[in-house]
Amino acid sequence: MLKTFPKGGIHPPENKITAAKAIKRMSVPKTVYVPIAQHIGIPSKIIVDRKDKVEIGQVIAKSGGFVSSNIHSPVAGTVTKLDMMVDSSGYKKQCIVIRTDPKNESNLVIPDFPLKREITLSQKDILQHITDYGIVGLGGATFPSHVKLDIKNDKHVDCLIINGVECEPYLTADHRLMLEKSEEIIVGIQILMHALNIEKAVIGIENNKKDAIAVLKRATESNPRIKVSALRVKYPQGSEKQLIRAILKREVPKGGLPMDVGVIVHNVGTIFAIYQAVQHNQPLTERVVTVTGKKLNNPSNFWVKIGTPIKDLVEEVGGVPEGTRKIVNGGPMMGKAIKNTDVPITKGTSGILIISEEEASRKEPKNCIRCSQCVFVCPMGLEPHLLMNLSEKGLYERAAKEDVMTCIECGSCSYVCPSHRPLLDYIRFGKSIVKKLETSKN
Amino acid sequence: MSDQAVIISASPHVHSDRTSKKLMYDVLIALIPAFLVSLYVFGIGALAVTSVAIISCMLFEYVIQKYLLKTAVTITDGSALITGVLLAFNLPSSLPIWMIVIGSFIAIGVAKLSFGGLGFNIFNPALVGRVFLLVSFPVQMTMWPTPMENNTALTDAVSGATPLGIIKEELLYGSTMSQISAKIPSTMDLLLGITGGSIGEMSALALLLGGIFLIVRKVITWHIPVVMLVTMVVFTGIFWFIDPEHYANPMIHLLSGGAILGAFYMATDLVTSPMTKKGMVIFAIGIGVITVVIRLFGAYPEGASFAILIMNAFVPLINTYFKPRRFGNKIKSRMI
Repeated sequence: MLKTFPKGGIHPPENKITAAKAIKRMSVPKTVYVPIAQHIGIPSKIIVDRKDKVEIGQVIAKSGGFVSSNIHSPVAGTVTKLDMMVDSSGYKKQCIVIRTDPKNESNLVIPDFPLKREITLSQKDILQHITDYGIVGLGGATFPSHVKLDIKNDKHVDCLIINGVECEPYLTADHRLMLEKSEEIIVGIQILMHALNIEKAVIGIENNKKDAIAVLKRATESNPRIKVSALRVKYPQGSEKQLIRAILKREVPKGGLPMDVGVIVHNVGTIFAIYQAVQHNQPLTERVVTVTGKKLNNPSNFWVKIGTPIKDLVEEVGGVPEGTRKIVNGGPMMGKAIKNTDVPITKGTSGILIISEEEASRKEPKNCIRCSQCVFVCPMGLEPHLLMNLSEKGLYERAAKEDVMTCIECGSCSYVCPSHRPLLDYIRFGKSIVKKLETSKN
Repeated sequence: MSDQAVIISASPHVHSDRTSKKLMYDVLIALIPAFLVSLYVFGIGALAVTSVAIISCMLFEYVIQKYLLKTAVTITDGSALITGVLLAFNLPSSLPIWMIVIGSFIAIGVAKLSFGGLGFNIFNPALVGRVFLLVSFPVQMTMWPTPMENNTALTDAVSGATPLGIIKEELLYGSTMSQISAKIPSTMDLLLGITGGSIGEMSALALLLGGIFLIVRKVITWHIPVVMLVTMVVFTGIFWFIDPEHYANPMIHLLSGGAILGAFYMATDLVTSPMTKKGMVIFAIGIGVITVVIRLFGAYPEGASFAILIMNAFVPLINTYFKPRRFGNKIKSRMI
C-alpha cells in the first residue's frame, strides 16, 4: 500500500502532457522585468538606479528585513526604468526593468557546472549563502528559505522532507528537474542535512512519476540516511501539512509550523537552487517553468530567467492559440489567472497554463444539495459549504470559530461541487475579513 | 491573442465533470431494477401509479414556481422527477389516481417548495407525501393487490396484506411465529419480491443492486444504509433470540416493510441526511432503532417512513454537533 494522507483529497485528470519533454533553455530575453516582491514577506529594496549598468548575478534589490530576500540581476545589461507593473497577483508592483546587453558574453554562459559532491563550507557559511543568494521556496509559496532554516532553540528537527510531489495537474517542472538533476538534488539534500544536523531525509514523490522515483532511488542507494517515498497520487499531497502526514504520520497542529513536529519541508526546485548557491555560488536568477495547455503546438519545460515576460515564453511554444480564454500562472488548481502575457516570470512561477474557451468558463451555480462532497474532499477537515454560507451572510466570527483560517485554499471543494458553487471564492473572502478583524483586535 | 478578453477568475480553474443533474440521473438509473420487478409483479398498476406521480410532481413544481412563487422553474434538474418516482415506490399499485395527485402536491408543494425548494427542505418530500396519504387514507394505503394476479387490471385488485402486516395482526390474535410462518412468503420470495407491498419495496435483491450502483458511483456512501440495516438486524435479533415465538426473525424485518428501500433510497436523500460520516452513523442508528420500536411496539406494522422523517428533524442538530475532525486538532471533536 502506498502512503498518502488519510482525509480528503481529489483526483483531477493529471494532464501531464509535458512529462517526457526535456528542459530546454530559453533564449536570453531582450528585456527583463524583475518585480521586487517575488517572495512572501517584506519587498526588497531597490539599490540600482536608471541607466546603471548591471552584471549578471549582481544584487539589484536588497533584502528588506528578516522575512525578505535579495534579488539578483538575471542578465547583464542596463537598467532602463524603475516602473510599476501588473504582476501575477493582479496588482501593480514595483519592478526593475533591465535591457539585456547583446554584446555581453556573460549572458550566453550556461550555468551548467560539473557535479561537485564534497561540501566544503561550514554550517554558518551554508546558511549565509542561502540568505545572500536569494533562495526562496520554489514550490509556489516563495517563502524565503533562510527563514525556514532558522530553527528556534526550543525546537528539534529530526527529519527533512523533500517535496517532489508536484500534485498540480499539468505541471512537470519538478518532475523533469528530478530526472535531469538527480545527483545535484541529492548533494543539495546533504548540504541541508549537514547545515542543520538532521539525520534523516525523505523525498516524497507521487507514484505517477515512476521514472523519477527510480532515478532518485538509484542515486540514494549508497546513502541510508536519504529515503525515497513513493506516494499514492492524490491532490493536494504537495501541501506541506498533507505531505508530512503522508510520510511521517505526524500532524502539524492548528496554526503551527512543520518545525513543531520536527520537520522541515523543501521543494526539489529549492534544493537544486540551494545546491547551485552553496556549491557554485550561483544566485537564484532562473528556474524551470512548464509551459502547457491542450491546444498549444509544442508545450514544454524551460529554464527561464526570472523577469522574462510570459509572452516570450508563449512565443517559444508557438504562440497563444486561437480561442484561448484564460492564462494561468501556476497549475489549474491553485494558479492565478493573469490579465495578459506582459506579466513576468518570478521566482514562484512553476508553470504557465493556457486554457481554451470550453474549459475556462464557469457554470452557473445552483442550490446546494447538501451532498457532502465538499466535506468529504476537504483535506483539513473543514465544512466548506458551511464556511461559504457564513461568509456569504457576513457571519465572520462564526466562520472563524469553524476554523476558516486553517483552509489551505487547495480548491478541492470548488472542484467537486456538483452544483458548481464557488465555495473557495467565498471562503477566501471570509478569510480575508477574519484576518482583518484579527489584526484590528491586536 | 484573440480580441476577446481573457477570463480572470480565482482558482481552481478546472472542475470535475460531475453535476447535480448527473447525480439525480444516477439515482433514477439505480431505481430501474426495482421498477422492472414491480412491473412484473403488479403489472400495469405499477406503471400507472408511477407515471401519475412523476407527472403530477413535475407539474406542481412547474405551476407553483412559475405562477405562485414567480421564481426560476427547476423541473429539469431531475429532483422533482425523483420525488415522483420515490413517492410512487412507497404507494400501493392500486391507489386511486386522485390520491396520488394529493400526495404529489404535499410532497412538492408543502414538503419541498414551502421550505425554499431544492436543498432547503428538512424532510424527505416523497416520504412526507407518503405519510400524509397513510394517515389520511389508511384503508386505501394498506390495501395491496395480491402479487402476480390481476396484473393487467387497473383497480379491481384483491387485497392482500404485507408480510409484516400479517405478522402484526396474527400476533395480536395470539398466534405464535411458527403458526404464522406458513402464512407469510418465504425468505426467498421476499428477496425476489413475490409479495404484497408498495410498488418499490418488492424485491430486496433489485433494490440492493441499485443501492450498490449508487455506492459505486459515489452518489451515496455505505454509512447510512449499512448502519441502519445492521441496527435493525441487531435490535430485532435480540428480541427474536429471547422469544422466537413472538418476534419475527431479523431476516423478515430486513427484507420486508420497505427497510431496504428506506435504507438505500429514502434515508440517504442528500438534502435531508447529515453531512459528515459520523453524523450519518448516528442518523442511521436512530432510524434503525425507531423503525424497530414502531414495528414491534407501535400501531403500524412498518415504521421506516416515520423513523426517517423523525430523524430528518434531527439532522440540523446532528450537523451542528458532529463535525469532521479538523486537521491538526488534537481534541477529536466537540461531542465525541
